Amino acid sequence: MIRVRLPDHLCTLAGAEHEVEIAIDGKPTLKTVLDALEMRFPALKGALRDPLTAQRRPFVRFFACGEDLSHKSNDLALPMAVINGNEPFLVIAAIAGG
Amino acid sequence: MAGVRLLAGTRKGAFILSSNEGRKRWDVAGPYFSGWEIYHVNGSPVNPDRLYASQSSGWFGQHLQRSDDGGQTWKPVGNEFVYDGIPGTHQWFDGTRRPWEFKRVWHLQPSLLDTDEVYAGVEDAALFKSTDGGVTWIELSGLRMNDTGPQWQPGAGGMCLHTIMLDPNDPGQIFVAISAAGVFRSNDNGSSWKPINRGLVSNYIPDPTAEIGHCVHKLAMHKSRPEVLFMQKHWDVMRSDDCGDNWYEISGNLPTDFGFAIDVHAHEPDTVYVIPIKSDAEHFVDGCLQVFRSRSGGNEWEPLKKGLPQRNCYVNVLRDAMAVDSLESCGIYFGTSGGQVYASRDSGDSWEAIVHDLPAVLSVEVQTLP
Repeated sequence: MIRVRLPDHLCTLAGAEHEVEIAIDGKPTLKTVLDALEMRFPALKGALRDPLTAQRRPFVRFFACGEDLSHKSNDLALPMAVINGNEPFLVIAAIAGG
Repeated sequence: MAGVRLLAGTRKGAFILSSNEGRKRWDVAGPYFSGWEIYHVNGSPVNPDRLYASQSSGWFGQHLQRSDDGGQTWKPVGNEFVYDGIPGTHQWFDGTRRPWEFKRVWHLQPSLLDTDEVYAGVEDAALFKSTDGGVTWIELSGLRMNDTGPQWQPGAGGMCLHTIMLDPNDPGQIFVAISAAGVFRSNDNGSSWKPINRGLVSNYIPDPTAEIGHCVHKLAMHKSRPEVLFMQKHWDVMRSDDCGDNWYEISGNLPTDFGFAIDVHAHEPDTVYVIPIKSDAEHFVDGCLQVFRSRSGGNEWEPLKKGLPQRNCYVNVLRDAMAVDSLESCGIYFGTSGGQVYASRDSGDSWEAIVHDLPAVLSVEVQTLP
């Protein structure tokens, strides 16, 4: 299972806890984890990625094991520590306010 | 027992304010979708328990919510708004070309006949329709593909389709308003459209009487007389007696004819309400909050201020933030940028605040419940 941490607003939208567990069929990549997250919580469709282009929203970033994955290939395999559940996959929203 | 339910969209969530026919005591529920911008919440005239809410965020995009129990519970429905075909371009503020790009839903108008039918007015300006309760959306692209579409340009708030009015006597007739393009009418269920802006004069555009380019802020009609339309324009309060074919000014003795909101009394088709503000920069009038009422269909206006703050008040009322109920003694409601929702249960003669401290109010709709 992959542990995914969500920002507050997306917890409200999805009716989800801050950390959720996602099962993935096949190779765990950035794309497959996001696909699985949207499958488990359909309300998140369009919140992380544009629903039409599947492009990451500009104020959203993805991190794992201290690494920024936001600009990596969608097909990049996630770090082993995320795959085996030792580390969470982080969805980070841009800081509001100033 | 009859009652009313106010649906308030705010910068940080939605609120539902309920009362019985007396409208003296109010229950306030919410915030729903706390922390999200709720541009509009509206209920089905066919089934008042069916509500739709437009939920959006600069971070996480547009979402649509639906309730089937009068707002007690909600579920997300469809948020895929795909322009028909290749969207093409419209004018940007500086006259350069910009591609049509979906940003958010400004206004939701449920059908007068079918619970599952609902229209959405969006930015960049287009009209969408759902026939399955908001799950899927199809653009009524005859509007955007109208010959004038490439000339449309945004107002400061964005190029938004903010008003949708359905003719209760003629289901095929639909009116929409777009900032800053103007008013458009369809007589074939939304398939084809024509601009209906003759008579509008906008001195802030290069050709003040152009066919399109007018910053129409809001339209209103009385259901018994849908051929008569009222308009609050960027400047000027206007009226048409022929379904929008021709417009004439009815600002009359208003202290200023700039404003956003306009509405019509539920039982008196010639009684109209506006909330004037000084200008596009000064969204207030000398520290006083006043509603103006005309009982003659325009031109003669009286200030209504009993119960409203008359000093040190600098709030604004946005275009979708005024509504009327249809109880025997007509109730008038509006929400402000300061988070107050004011109510009058005597057609505007006197007012009181239902709530003082909501987030900035973006929209107010009212449902009159049996």
